[in-house]
Amino acid sequence: MITLAQLLTLSGILFSLAIAGVFLNRKNVILLLMCVELLLLAANFNFIAFSRYLADINGQVFVFFILTVAAAESAIGLAILVVLFRERRSINVEDLNTLKG
Amino acid sequence: MLIEALFYVFGALLIAAALGVISARNPVYSALALVMCFISSAAIWLLLEAEFLAVVLVLVYVGAVMVLFLFVVMMLDVNLAELRQGFTRFAWLGWLTALAVIVEIVGVVWARGGLGIDAGRGATPTAPTYSNTLELGRVLYTRYAYPFELAAMLLLVAIVRYAYPFELAAMLLLVAIVAAITLTLRRRAGLKQQDISAQVAVRRADRLRIVKMDAEKRP
Repeated sequence: MITLAQLLTLSGILFSLAIAGVFLNRKNVILLLMCVELLLLAANFNFIAFSRYLADINGQVFVFFILTVAAAESAIGLAILVVLFRERRSINVEDLNTLKG
Repeated sequence: MLIEALFYVFGALLIAAALGVISARNPVYSALALVMCFISSAAIWLLLEAEFLAVVLVLVYVGAVMVLFLFVVMMLDVNLAELRQGFTRFAWLGWLTALAVIVEIVGVVWARGGLGIDAGRGATPTAPTYSNTLELGRVLYTRYAYPFELAAMLLLVAIVRYAYPFELAAMLLLVAIVAAITLTLRRRAGLKQQDISAQVAVRRADRLRIVKMDAEKRP
């Protein structure tokens, strides 16, 4: 039988791996977007685990909306990325310094 | 017992795939590892009897979002060597942060009474006739109808009348589509084409000039 603690541990490991990914790939915008997807997936895990163990369906409704928002976010993020690459010929975060002031 | 074994198998797959996402040399491999992450997550969600969301995860994420990611990764001609530069310089910081977060979360979850509820118990079994999709739809169309109705009514009142929560989701996706297309739309210079809004917005004064002059004498 899966316990709540096991599930929360799994999602915690997933979340921290995604944070490590943000640190490791801090130059590559595409990989940063992928790490954000992983973070959201870990959050969804918690919602579903609590929804199941507290026998409350409302958590799953929130996962539904998080999935929608995350899909929209990655679509717009990738569009911005394509425009960025067209302008600068690079997706390196360090090259995006025109707003430095 | 079988369910627990499956949970461990898919959990191990999930963590291995997540490691692949953050450490793969090539972004294409990262994207494929992320697909693996989503599939094993969907399997674990199935074990938790969240069938609808598991199917949605596979359809929406693996089927649409990750294909989009792969398209973009393969379309852009990115200099990978430059992006990999300094990968190891801050690696220790990344792993240290990950380790700290894991230790904290595990400490809270496994501590006695750390969550305020008994985290060591299993879920209450559901009736054999339980339908996850039915239950989800029941609250989505009733309890969550009103708040999302408001947000959606502002923008989409005339199009869909009844499916209010889905309206917000659809609205959001519509906005995302429009934004993505407008962002990436490219206008070429020197192309001859009709500008309909300029045609419609034209006024008489722009086109017509009335000249006052004396009448000519008949010869």
